[in-house]
Amino acid sequence: MLGARNDLPLEKDASVRFLPWLVAFMVYLAALSATAALAMNKVVVRWDQGLAGQLTVQIPPPSPDETQADQDKKVSRAIELLSSTQGVRDVELLTDDDISGLLEPWLGETVLQQNLPLPVLLSVTLDGDGAPTPENLALRLSAAVPDIVVDDHQRWLSDLFDLARTVETIASLVVVAVGLTAVVTVVFVTRTGLSIHRRVIDLLHLIGAQDTYIARQFEAHALRLGLMGGLLGVFLAIVTVALIGHLLTRSESGLLPDLSLAPAEWMLLLLLPVGTSLIAMVTARLTVLLSLARMG
Amino acid sequence: MVRFEEIGLRYAVGPEILREVNFNLEPGSFHFVVGPSGAGKSSLLRLIYLAQKPTEGRISLFGRDVSGLTRRENALLRRRIGVVFQDFRLLDHLSALENVALPLRVAGQPEDKVVSHVSELLSWVGLADHLNALPPTLSGGQQQRVAIARAVIARPSLLVADEPTGNVDDRIAVRLLYLFEELNRLGTTVVIATHNEALVSRFTHPILKLKDGDVETLPAHSMPFEQASEGSAA
Ligand SMILES: Nc1ncnc2c1ncn2[C@@H]1O[C@H](COP(=O)(O)OP(=O)(O)OP(=O)(O)O)[C@@H](O)[C@H]1O
Ligand SMILES: [Mg+2]
Repeated sequence: MLGARNDLPLEKDASVRFLPWLVAFMVYLAALSATAALAMNKVVVRWDQGLAGQLTVQIPPPSPDETQADQDKKVSRAIELLSSTQGVRDVELLTDDDISGLLEPWLGETVLQQNLPLPVLLSVTLDGDGAPTPENLALRLSAAVPDIVVDDHQRWLSDLFDLARTVETIASLVVVAVGLTAVVTVVFVTRTGLSIHRRVIDLLHLIGAQDTYIARQFEAHALRLGLMGGLLGVFLAIVTVALIGHLLTRSESGLLPDLSLAPAEWMLLLLLPVGTSLIAMVTARLTVLLSLARMG
Repeated sequence: MVRFEEIGLRYAVGPEILREVNFNLEPGSFHFVVGPSGAGKSSLLRLIYLAQKPTEGRISLFGRDVSGLTRRENALLRRRIGVVFQDFRLLDHLSALENVALPLRVAGQPEDKVVSHVSELLSWVGLADHLNALPPTLSGGQQQRVAIARAVIARPSLLVADEPTGNVDDRIAVRLLYLFEELNRLGTTVVIATHNEALVSRFTHPILKLKDGDVETLPAHSMPFEQASEGSAA
């Protein structure tokens, strides 16, 4: 295919010089969007799995008219109740240090040193089967300890899911837009080529060339340009992702997404230039065949 | 082989170029088309090699009415017709060799024979030293010979040549006409347009004479005697 005849001097057309760069840019965008979507997905999966079977039970700080003894009583009642509930495997009381540790990245050390009233947090691990639903658990607990909050992290997770879906949608839109742009550009460039080389094409027809013979040369040319631009684009995207990944690793924040790609994901990225080139090729072919048939 | 029935031709602007033209060229025949400049020789040939549709009438090639052909049939029919264009129409970015190879490649002939076959023919027309030359670097007469080689390389059943000797001296002109006669002996039907009546008179082929939109068919050796006796074939 790459060695197809070049009776038409398509490489010399000024109108196609920009094409590889345009394709490179579009594939670059698509590759980055796809990587972002993949990374986001991994974050969701990680949190989802990490939080499965985990509940946090929160006992608010004592109100002004309560003593620390009242608070301690509430806490031990809650632990007692939880431990005696069927389906609860483990209850762990988070110390103030633990909580400070969790909050520090958000609030900073100085704020925490000011003796904020902190809630008491119980980390609850549930058994796979026979575990109570968070709602049931909340009902039981609040009967004994009012104001208690049972958090199964669903709200946070569903926010995360929403975010992931948004990122995914945007990424898909970018990929689709890139595909459409590729199609429109190739149609335009091919038609320009057909009119620039009108005389050569007429001659080829007169010596018996079929439309497919002419289309093949445009196809091969589009494929070549598409591959060139596509590979450049995906290469730049990989460099960019590697660079960002490197910076993220150095920042060592557990909240940030993991940008390292699995082999299957690398394949997916490499599909972008291949897909773009194929789209370019098919578009060029159809454009030539339809235009020539219409010209009669 | 080539049948014109009541053919009329006029371009979008201007007068009628051909009017109620009728003729039938037998397979294996050899005809000259003559007439003053602007008489419509090129137009007549364009009708034959399917570059132009008549305004009126019916053209049949190889026994087929050409008006209802599909694009594919059209292409396949054109492969059986070799054309020498008056303005050559060589592809400037391809070498002489590549230009001549074009009809073979378009027809999908096996690549291994193409180059040797083409070089041989180009040598025969005296261009052995210019196989890789680009047309713009060749003289008019050299370009014309490349154009002729391209027209005959695929051994067409019908050869249509428009002023194929307009740019070469008489010696080469006669040599080129011998090439056409050779093809003709091998079965190719030949139609050659020229205004070089002296050249025509050296051969014994019938003539289609164009004048005022009419085509008159003259038998061989009907040119004035003085011209016919002028010099002898090289
Ligand atoms: N594409 C065209 N559009 C309009 N008029 C044309 C076109 N081609 C040719 N003509 C006109 O048709 C007439 C015949 O032209 P044609 O080229 O067939 O003449 P010719 O006999 O080949 O002349 P020459 O010996 O100079 O080559 C001329 O008057 C020319 O102006
Ligand atoms: Mg002419």
